[in-house]
Amino acid sequence: MIYRYDGTYDGLLSVVFESYRLKVPATDIIAEHQFKQGLFESPIQVETNTEQAKRVRVGLEKKCGKQATTLIYRCFLSEQPRVENLIYHFVRTAMREPENVLHNYRDDTVLQLHQVNKQIGREVHRMHAFVRFQETKDGMLVALINPDFNVLPLSGQHFVARYPALEWLIYDTKRHYGWYYNKHKSKFITLDEKQHRHLADDLLTNEENDYQQLWQSYFKATNIPERRNMKLHLQHVPKRYWSFLVEKW
Amino acid sequence: MNNRVKEKLEILADAAKYDVSCSSSGSKRKNTKDGLGNATGMGICHTYTQDGRCVSLLKILLTNHCIFDCAYCVSRRSNDVKRAAFTVQEVVDLTINFYKRNYIEGLFLSSGIFKDVDYTMERLVRIAKKLRTEHKFNGYIHLKAIPGASDELIHEAGLYADRLSVNLEIPSEMSLKKVAPEKDYASAYKPMNYLSKTIQGLKEEKKVIKSTPNFSPGGQSTQLVIGATPENDKHILELAGSLYKEQKLKRVYYSGYIPISDDERLPALREAPLRRENRLYQADWLLRFYGFKVSEIVDDEHPHLDLELDPKMGYALRHPQFFPVDVNKADYEWILRIPGVGVKSAKKIVQARKFGRLRREHLQKIGVVWKRAKYFLISADRDFINLGFNPEVIRQQLLHSTKPKKNPAQLDMFNTPSTPPLVNSLILSK
Repeated sequence: MIYRYDGTYDGLLSVVFESYRLKVPATDIIAEHQFKQGLFESPIQVETNTEQAKRVRVGLEKKCGKQATTLIYRCFLSEQPRVENLIYHFVRTAMREPENVLHNYRDDTVLQLHQVNKQIGREVHRMHAFVRFQETKDGMLVALINPDFNVLPLSGQHFVARYPALEWLIYDTKRHYGWYYNKHKSKFITLDEKQHRHLADDLLTNEENDYQQLWQSYFKATNIPERRNMKLHLQHVPKRYWSFLVEKW
Repeated sequence: MNNRVKEKLEILADAAKYDVSCSSSGSKRKNTKDGLGNATGMGICHTYTQDGRCVSLLKILLTNHCIFDCAYCVSRRSNDVKRAAFTVQEVVDLTINFYKRNYIEGLFLSSGIFKDVDYTMERLVRIAKKLRTEHKFNGYIHLKAIPGASDELIHEAGLYADRLSVNLEIPSEMSLKKVAPEKDYASAYKPMNYLSKTIQGLKEEKKVIKSTPNFSPGGQSTQLVIGATPENDKHILELAGSLYKEQKLKRVYYSGYIPISDDERLPALREAPLRRENRLYQADWLLRFYGFKVSEIVDDEHPHLDLELDPKMGYALRHPQFFPVDVNKADYEWILRIPGVGVKSAKKIVQARKFGRLRREHLQKIGVVWKRAKYFLISADRDFINLGFNPEVIRQQLLHSTKPKKNPAQLDMFNTPSTPPLVNSLILSK
């Protein structure tokens, strides 16, 4: 049976819960905004229920530990097609098998989740590396990003630990929301307009411009032309991130 | 910002770039509530140069004025280059402003020797101190411990820095004397030994008394220049092995000599020995993460690393008596020794085999590089048996299954020791 949910994490876990309650296994799980009506099957629509979602989380954690719940949450953020099905099968398998299946790499579902998780880890790491803040005239540091996966929720804490005494915003221009920190706490915000695809020059301090130039000079000076290896360079700094990077402007 | 700072930055970054170390990992400095930055856990490469090296730190010299005349060094007294010197405040401002824009993990500060050693060392320490105390900077700081500096200054440096390094540069004292007449091993080993003693001592003390200050929590490292002098790989790896063992170094860096100098004391190299450098890093990884001894990688009969094959493959081909390894039964240590199996795959194998016997398809999905591993292991399929074991045949198959690349890629070796590269996908991949 096809299940349809609202596209949230708790929504997906509610689907898992419902499939147990109804004793109807899911053949496919599809978010509303991606759903296309098929000819023969009408889906079961599941309302998000945070209580039920929590019970699924707690159940899985008891069985396979915190690592397992972290794994499925991170994989959910990958937004990969069919990742819902992977998560669903993983939870079913985990609850069914007597032992903890988290590290059973012989199992395809487990292995695939670990592979997605690895990609997520790489993207989070890239956000830690490639985010570039620009200082605005009102003293805020702003960075615009558009990561491959929805990794902002996994990336912000790193910067809270680094910049507790600064005001900053990291904004995902693809998904239209940002992590804002005001020197005390963090919250997710959405800007009204799509104006923040670029930071206009007149928003920035003069000093900002100077430091960008200095960074570009440094980047150039630290290169060793005799060792030039563009293939390796591109492997580490794929072109799709260049729009983030001051040294590539 | 004036153009003068820009020019200084260009000169002093250019002069510092031949120090290959750029690691920002291995420390454990937490931030304070009102501070700036931290240096915990694994390092971050914020960008990469066009030669593929990690850029993690603002790596600069305080000055490139130098009273020494070391043939291998671009800043040597007799070389005709533009000279410059930063003020303390300029270095501090650059560090803070680069850091808060997330360009860097911190500062790597070295210097040419002006006036005398202690005078120079004192300046380096002053910058670190200012960053830590006045600016509450808790990002990464790597300082050079200059050979010949007083113990007091070295000690103070350790209180502010996350890592210190003393570069041996030339891998034997005899060669060093030839290319750098003002230097000797004793003055380099002295601060190294002081550091290793103090790092160990304070670490022990900290276990008992929590308020003991951090002292160079990221340990110490050094650099060896490869190919400028005649030492062979056996000599270099034995030196590295003893530095890891005796001085408890965190890292030894190998820097393929780039012919920056037309100094007649050095050989005229056509190009930097990058492939040799790469093999040395692979061998270094085997020492630190794979439980190999130096004598298992090189010996009197094979004093040089094989440039065509990675050192783990070389080991396996020289020791057919230990192979094949049964992945379903062997200890972790032996699984690690199979060519084409890295640390991550080895760990996964050990975890996954608890659930049932592993077959070839499992191994491939786990990430084992089958093309190289297949000669050296037995899985539940037992397909090794069909292959036989003839080192010369395997060697030829490995070399001819791929066209050797003209310009072999460098490993991702300049940083992130927390993720050792699988040994190794270079020449044999694709």
